[in-house]
Amino acid sequence: MVQSVVVLVGTRKGAFLFESDGARRTWRRRGPFSPAWPFNHVVGDATSGTIWAGGGNEWFGPAVWQSADLGETWSHSSQGLAYAEGETPIKAVWSLAKAKDGKLYAGVEPAGLFVSEDGGNAWRHLAALRDHPTRAQWMPGGGGLILHSIVPHPENADAAWVGISAAGVYHTADGGRSFEPRNRGTRQDYAPEDQRYPEVGQCVHSIAMAAGRPERLYQQNHCGMYRSDDGGRNWISIEAGLPSSFGFPSAAHPHDADTLYLAPLNGDQAGRFMSDGEAAIWRTRDAGATWTPLRTGLPQQGAFFNVLRRAMATDTLPTAGVYFGTTSGSLYASADEGESWQEIASHLPTITSVETMTRDV
Amino acid sequence: MSETPGGSGLGHNAKARVTLARALAELFPGAPVDLDIQAASVDELTRALDALWPGMRDRIVDSSPAIRKHMNVFVDGQRATLVTPLPPGARVHILTAISGG
Repeated sequence: MVQSVVVLVGTRKGAFLFESDGARRTWRRRGPFSPAWPFNHVVGDATSGTIWAGGGNEWFGPAVWQSADLGETWSHSSQGLAYAEGETPIKAVWSLAKAKDGKLYAGVEPAGLFVSEDGGNAWRHLAALRDHPTRAQWMPGGGGLILHSIVPHPENADAAWVGISAAGVYHTADGGRSFEPRNRGTRQDYAPEDQRYPEVGQCVHSIAMAAGRPERLYQQNHCGMYRSDDGGRNWISIEAGLPSSFGFPSAAHPHDADTLYLAPLNGDQAGRFMSDGEAAIWRTRDAGATWTPLRTGLPQQGAFFNVLRRAMATDTLPTAGVYFGTTSGSLYASADEGESWQEIASHLPTITSVETMTRDV
Repeated sequence: MSETPGGSGLGHNAKARVTLARALAELFPGAPVDLDIQAASVDELTRALDALWPGMRDRIVDSSPAIRKHMNVFVDGQRATLVTPLPPGARVHILTAISGG
């Protein structure tokens, strides 16, 4: 068996795949695929090899594309991916995730959650989320009112967490028939001082689940970095030691529950790029108590890029690979847990998402 | 009896001559850019297209329902909406707007 690592990249102009063997030294590009389509999230199922790409085209609306042959052929569908007549139509798909029972979930803009039980061909709205009594308090962030994160429980197919900007984290324990907010302890700096810890309204940017510990979640928020050890019921700040409280993606180590990667920026009102133009991914190996910048191989001058909320991921090899894509179209890879980096693609369109698929071939 | 799915069957014997934006047709393998379809309105036309190429209506019409913001449908040279009737032999263009992409 030879292991194949595929890095799935979503961009503002189509999807790309980068493939390597277990050494992860040389990479082969496939794509662009569907270059007229902005994709917000491209994911792959290592078991079947199927790839799904979710996005929205200004002309043609939202759709989920899929390919079963590493991009050779594609089809798309938005069957059922719609709100009722008279409601604001769905603009784009923002997030995708496959649950343990094989169901595929899609988060959309305006924020809502859909499920497909046939691999992404037909979709059904899980209306309980938008029917939640707190919905009146949801407000759009800079990217719109988007459901951008879906974290299914790895063992319990009925349980999942979703992240909405700006509403916060919601949890379902019954397959989407009901939801409850889980934002206690996360801050909302853009509210008056006495209203900074509301039940909902926080601007979660991304959620990552710790390896082997489904009740441990990490969260990059518009206002701070957080960890929860009880499935999101309570969050504690882990931002001390980082260059700012602001960033977008978070990527958990595939084997160590205490290790997390973040890409903090210089601040939400300071340009939203790498601090001082010096690129770094920050890693904790103690669940957020301390942080180390990882810079080897990354540009240390003039790097005024952002890393968007879905644009960082790890692979599942024993020595984890870490990957991130930039708004300036560079794709970086580390085959040694972030110790050193290699730019494996440059000049791509703005990168919106990075995911991996590790397969035996 | 209508000759295409979604056709009106209301006596419109002359089909509409329809031209699709190439970017739209290319989303559906086998769909031509030019085709003849019998329908009594733009709404019926999009349903007929959807019967031939499932999903095509979604690319033209949002869930409002309305012609998508960055799509334009012209009937005999005039901007149309879903309720615009198609006279016998109408010339229809379904085009991507300059504002999209």
